[in-house]
Amino acid sequence: MNLNQNHFELFDLPARFAVDAAALEARYHELQREVHPDRFAAAPDPERRASMQLATRVNEAYQTLKSPLRRAVYILQLRGVDPEFETRTSMPPQFLIEQMGWRERIEAGSENPEALLRLRAGLRDESRKIYEKLQAQLDEGRDDGAASETTRVLMFYEKLDDEIDDKLAELET
Amino acid sequence: MALLQISEPGESPGPHRHRLAVGIDLGTTNSLVAAVRNGIAVVLNDHDGHALLPSIVRYLRDGGVAVGRGAEAEQARDPRNTIVSVKRFMGRGLKDVTHAENSPYDFLDLPGMVQIRTVAGVKSPVEVSAEILKVLRARAEESLVGKAGGELAGAVITVPAYFDDAQRQATKDAGKLAGLNVLRLLNEPTAAAIAYGLDNAAEGIYAVYDLGGGTFDISILKLSKGVFEVMATNGDAALGGDDFDQRLFCWVVERARLAPLSSEDTRLLLTQSRAAKEFLTTHLEARISATLMSRETVDVTVTQKEFQEMTRPLVAKTLGPTRKALRDARLEWSEVKGVVMVGGATRMPHVQQMVAELFGQAPLNNLDPDKVVALGAAIQANVLAGNKASGDDWLLLDVIPLSLGIETMGGLAERVIPRNSTIPVARAQEFTTYKDGQTAMSIHVVQGERELVSDCRSLARFELRGIPPMVAGAARIRVTFQVDADGLLSVSARESTTGVEAAIAVKPSYGLTDEQITQMLKDSFDHAKDDVHARALREQRVEGERMLEATEAALREDADLLSTEESAALRTELDALRKTLACTDHRTIKSGIERVNRASEAFAGRRMDRSIKRALAGRKVESL
Repeated sequence: MNLNQNHFELFDLPARFAVDAAALEARYHELQREVHPDRFAAAPDPERRASMQLATRVNEAYQTLKSPLRRAVYILQLRGVDPEFETRTSMPPQFLIEQMGWRERIEAGSENPEALLRLRAGLRDESRKIYEKLQAQLDEGRDDGAASETTRVLMFYEKLDDEIDDKLAELET
Repeated sequence: MALLQISEPGESPGPHRHRLAVGIDLGTTNSLVAAVRNGIAVVLNDHDGHALLPSIVRYLRDGGVAVGRGAEAEQARDPRNTIVSVKRFMGRGLKDVTHAENSPYDFLDLPGMVQIRTVAGVKSPVEVSAEILKVLRARAEESLVGKAGGELAGAVITVPAYFDDAQRQATKDAGKLAGLNVLRLLNEPTAAAIAYGLDNAAEGIYAVYDLGGGTFDISILKLSKGVFEVMATNGDAALGGDDFDQRLFCWVVERARLAPLSSEDTRLLLTQSRAAKEFLTTHLEARISATLMSRETVDVTVTQKEFQEMTRPLVAKTLGPTRKALRDARLEWSEVKGVVMVGGATRMPHVQQMVAELFGQAPLNNLDPDKVVALGAAIQANVLAGNKASGDDWLLLDVIPLSLGIETMGGLAERVIPRNSTIPVARAQEFTTYKDGQTAMSIHVVQGERELVSDCRSLARFELRGIPPMVAGAARIRVTFQVDADGLLSVSARESTTGVEAAIAVKPSYGLTDEQITQMLKDSFDHAKDDVHARALREQRVEGERMLEATEAALREDADLLSTEESAALRTELDALRKTLACTDHRTIKSGIERVNRASEAFAGRRMDRSIKRALAGRKVESL
């Protein structure tokens, strides 16, 4: 295993947004079978340390490639594009209005688990469509500027999803 | 003629000798040891044929120690020197021990972990646990090593999935103290999943519902082609069979109209309540009769229905964590293929029934819920010790139960590694200085789900010194968290422009109580709204202070850029902002900040001009 490989190289997958989930998982298990600390529990210290580092690296790569959002950010970074999540927060007004709409609906439904689950389903449908757009931008059009923008939009959706999750958890206690 | 043995390449050199390793379930109430013999995991019994060793340690005046049944028998006669449920004290300070005042022990509030004064001297929970482990180790050596020769290569010790860093570290220390080579700390529900999964060649999504004597864990695992992958774990570390005994005990006291009881009578009735609870698992009613030291007699009958009604709220407490685990795993109920029941308390029919209703399927009970954890630990110990057999080529991927983070300005917890991350895991995050010329930084490591540091568990504090003086925000301090395969954390920090370094293996001075973990998780949902407000308030305060400091520094430097009126107007806004910092509404502070912003807009522009001119002047000099 070469530590200088990027995540895609490590997993022997093309550096594309569209990813074969089954192949990704299979390769993950294959790699962990080789490097996981459980394989080296009876080994000398230096080997145990190396195993921990490699297994950590494999976990990090897998988590990055498995999450569509983290994968998109990673691809942009590999292409030398900084999506500027932290600093560039200005979004189109139309989008912000939509976001406020979502937020209001979540707030309105915060006492009703059924309503929250419906909202979450709607939100996930919506973001699925946006991910399709992102895939076209990253894999086909190679429009990294537009892809950065779409990625930022999806971060807002992820936040909304987390908020619904928090509300659901709140209702259970 | 016997054939000569040759080991497989990469395996231990020389003719392969089976390395003896055991799995130990170090429980709140009972402990067990198991091992793989002839390819099959078995629990090792003591001389009298008992598998369970009561987790009770009694210290004697002559320095001797009694462990297990012998200690249990003297429990009521010598309560101060007979330690029960020591698992509750592992990795904890006195202030974390609930009901310490009702406990018969002579606690010592020393820095670090709580200690207990006994006739044989001061003992730490690690030492007490080590006594239990020593007995199990001796049992293993006698039954395994005695016959096969050689020595014990190591042990896997199980911990509740909800144990935090301090509790895990304490458990590992106890193992070392008992002379064991601790190969791994293994989460109890995960151990059960291994035993069940391998036994049944299970494939798919499984839930492990583990209700023990003192803790509840729920883990969701994906089993596929020999890989055991924990997707999420949750729990209530202050809920177990003991609470059911307690509930029935209270009911009996009420029903029999008893006056406040002595500790001996309390112990007597609690024991009777536990027996009645167990009887009710297979009978419709149970009788509790006793003659107390106070000469009062108790004779009440409780029906299964009454018992189930009074304890239903306890069963219901497992619902929330179960739903959360499933949500964290991003799964629907219908996707769960089977629910494995672990822990003696899952024998109760109404627990079985509730789990069946929740998951829409009958739970799986084909393994002994008391033994399955030790058996799973033994199977893993065998593999970790290097005994590869066919069918042992499986892989275990576990997670950390609680998020790990760091304290930032304003007492906020910044999450560095989220809960349910697969271990081993490392994450680095950059932080910066708050003040101009700041040369040291205090790093405070916390564990928990809440946004405010004061609501999380403090794991360790350390300092990074020797940061070269720079303007606020210029230094780049990279803090790295590494969690190993035992779920133990180490932290290091490094200033990247100069390479100043500080590292620490987090060995926390004390751990979280189970109750605290539960409370923390519960609070984080109860007060999610409060948190948002509290967080916003702190952020605005930090921002306001920063604004005051920066503007005042600018005024000292470039006051000549402002007219007297402009300067007075700006100072008025600064004073107003300073006053808003004390108020509890973040919006008021925010508007104060905005007003200062507006009032200093022109000033900032002129300062910018001046510094550009200075820079250009500098370049002219250079280019000459």
